[in-house]
Amino acid sequence: MNLNFLHALAGTLIDVLPIAVIIFGFQVFVIRRPIANLRRVLLGFVYVLLGLALFLDGLEIALFPLGKLMAEQLTDPGFLYGAMRPAADALLNWQDYLYVYLFAAAIGFSTTVAEPSLLAVAIKAREVSGGAIGIWGLRIAVAIGVGVGIALGAFRIVTGTPLHYYIIAGYVLVLLQTLFAPKNIIALAYDSGGVTTSTVTVPLVAALGLGLASTVPGRSPLLDGFGLIAFASLFPMMSVMGYAQISHWRARRQQDRIHEPPED
Amino acid sequence: MVWYPSDGLRGCIVKEYFLPLFRSLLDSLRDLLPILLVIAFFQLVILRQPIPNLGELLYGTALVVVGLTLFVQGLEMGLFPLGEGMAYAFARKGSLVWLLAFAFALGFGTTVAEPALIAVADEAAEVAALGGAIDDTPESREDYADGLRLTVALSVGIAIVIGVLRIIRGWPIQYLIIGGYLGVVVMTAFAPEEIIGIAYDSGGVTTSTITVPLVTALGVGLASSIRGRNPMTDGFGLIAFASLTPMIFVMGYGMLIG
Repeated sequence: MNLNFLHALAGTLIDVLPIAVIIFGFQVFVIRRPIANLRRVLLGFVYVLLGLALFLDGLEIALFPLGKLMAEQLTDPGFLYGAMRPAADALLNWQDYLYVYLFAAAIGFSTTVAEPSLLAVAIKAREVSGGAIGIWGLRIAVAIGVGVGIALGAFRIVTGTPLHYYIIAGYVLVLLQTLFAPKNIIALAYDSGGVTTSTVTVPLVAALGLGLASTVPGRSPLLDGFGLIAFASLFPMMSVMGYAQISHWRARRQQDRIHEPPED
Repeated sequence: MVWYPSDGLRGCIVKEYFLPLFRSLLDSLRDLLPILLVIAFFQLVILRQPIPNLGELLYGTALVVVGLTLFVQGLEMGLFPLGEGMAYAFARKGSLVWLLAFAFALGFGTTVAEPALIAVADEAAEVAALGGAIDDTPESREDYADGLRLTVALSVGIAIVIGVLRIIRGWPIQYLIIGGYLGVVVMTAFAPEEIIGIAYDSGGVTTSTITVPLVTALGVGLASSIRGRNPMTDGFGLIAFASLTPMIFVMGYGMLIG
């Protein structure tokens, strides 16, 4: 295999090592019981390691270079100014970055669908809910949240408004939704904020944020390039609670319809 | 009734082994399809450029598909049973102290070496040096980044401990999370401005792809092994704490050092 693969494999090994040490340490010294199906569990660990390494290596070969290049090109002054208006009018309006928002939303949505940790949580959620929460339903709900979040985050970088206004307003919304959402979805919705942003999303989104902050006049990549991840972890909470509210409402309406005809 | 000539031993192997494998490969491909469509659309329609290195793109995509398939297999075989098994074992043992020690070790240990966190900590040190909060020398930057990493790892360890306590006691998650949000808002008012963006981002980057399944299985396992807890309402939520506390701790770190 090539060098990149070995590099990715070493990276995941370093990731797994502390976990393995902690788990086996506690298993041997505290629980003092053999792990059930040890061979199968170890094989599973090997699968996870190999799978993640292949996954990262493939992303590094195929998607990251192209995705990052596109993020740079779309935020490049040449593309923005050339397509829109003469360069003399250097200060663009926020509307002129339309393609950037579109790209931000699309890349946020599509990378979230492919995010392995979200898949893991979705599998568990379906199992625990007895199928009431579908794997695809949850993933699409989260992905819509991330797409909206990243697009709004790009808008914030362009307009230069302070990050904490958005985040605090988002918190208030999450709070209000919590009051009305079905009780059994709340913990899962809060979790889905944290799981969305990992291996696939972060590198592409970071490239977008840095490119945007270095192109827009008056922004510094160091100070304004941050914050997209924060948006991507906030909005899924809203969209997942919204998804639960909608399916709850639909289920109830269907039930009403069944009970509607008077039985005699 | 339709009779398939391939039924028989070979048909059995095909049905039992290759068909599921093929199906999960297809599933992985479907997961990846949106990214491919987005990239193709923006490259061809908006930027109007050919797709460079089509061969590499296809090769890389094939690797990603195989990797994702293996990962999901490994989840079901290794990480999920292990996380749940540990949860049951601790519940049977009945020692709260050891369970909390395990929770802390898991949170701290998986975060401190997390590559995404190392990258964010280095960037934060650069921002701090530019802002004049610390001396602009490699040593002081490294000290700052290391301190930040330990701070975040500590905060994730504490988060998992609080989350596990919540599952055991059955506290409703929303009060704790809303309390945490209030903490974030209050800290935002006092923290130096240049740390705020990094602090908000640090909440999202701490939980890696291997930690998430393990911690989720641990929470669900605990909630299903304790009487009176519902795995759906009580089992989830550990990740939520792990993405909340780093924001508060990182802003606190910025205030102490700055």
